[in-house]
Amino acid sequence: MTPSDRPLSPHLQVYKPQLTTMLSILHRACGVALALGSLMVVWWLVAAACGPEAFGTAQQFAASPLGTFMIFGWSVALFYHLCNGVRHLIWDTGHLLKIENAYRAGYAVLCATVLLTAAVWGCALKFSPDAALSAPIVSDTLANTTPKTEGWQ
Amino acid sequence: MMDTKEKQGSMRSPLARARGLGAAGHGSGHWMAQRFTAIANIPLTLWLVYSIITLKGASHEVFVAWLGQPVNAVLMILFLLSVFYHAALGLQVVIEDYVHCSCAKITALIGIKFALLALAMASILSILKVAL
Repeated sequence: MTPSDRPLSPHLQVYKPQLTTMLSILHRACGVALALGSLMVVWWLVAAACGPEAFGTAQQFAASPLGTFMIFGWSVALFYHLCNGVRHLIWDTGHLLKIENAYRAGYAVLCATVLLTAAVWGCALKFSPDAALSAPIVSDTLANTTPKTEGWQ
Repeated sequence: MMDTKEKQGSMRSPLARARGLGAAGHGSGHWMAQRFTAIANIPLTLWLVYSIITLKGASHEVFVAWLGQPVNAVLMILFLLSVFYHAALGLQVVIEDYVHCSCAKITALIGIKFALLALAMASILSILKVAL
């Protein structure tokens, strides 16, 4: 196509940012970010199959400042995409389509994202792995499965 | 011609008429699959978040014991299938919307599907290796 001097029709830059449009593009951005973030889940699982050393490296990275920051970003993107995804599913049933309701649901999604992220990180930071290790149910499981894992190594 | 005839009083249901429409003849299949996996992703991701918290700082031994439980292995495989399928459908739409050069577009569309399939298979094999 040859470029022409004809005026172009108004595009994104002439529109005032609105909550609805911003949330819409944020949904996409978070979706793409989550697809990249799934690489961490893959790494975790593959490392577990490779052995204690590889798994230790993965766990160490997850606990490092950079790893924790990435997991935090992943959790925000996850909860936003999840809550806004539910908003989309509700729209698919024909509800909340009036503009004011779409806005209300948009604010609700933002609130829910903040609350869910805060609640999950509150639990995560409070949870101590040592307590779980000393809990009888975990040691029972360990005792039952230890011979099985040796067979793989 | 067929459309007008059908609109005027055919025995076919609206769904039967809608099936197979669209540029690629796939009807609403892509749209439906994205919604079905979205619904499945809700409980599966919440379960994964809960599991990640309880496995914080876990040793290899503890993790292997956890993944060795059939419930956890099955849920993890279901999570991977649903999430990677959902990601493939979503990334496909993003590429179709923003990549306009047809050569780059087709390369990206095929590449993303191959990459996601390979990642999902590697994860599932790892789960089976640990769990079986």
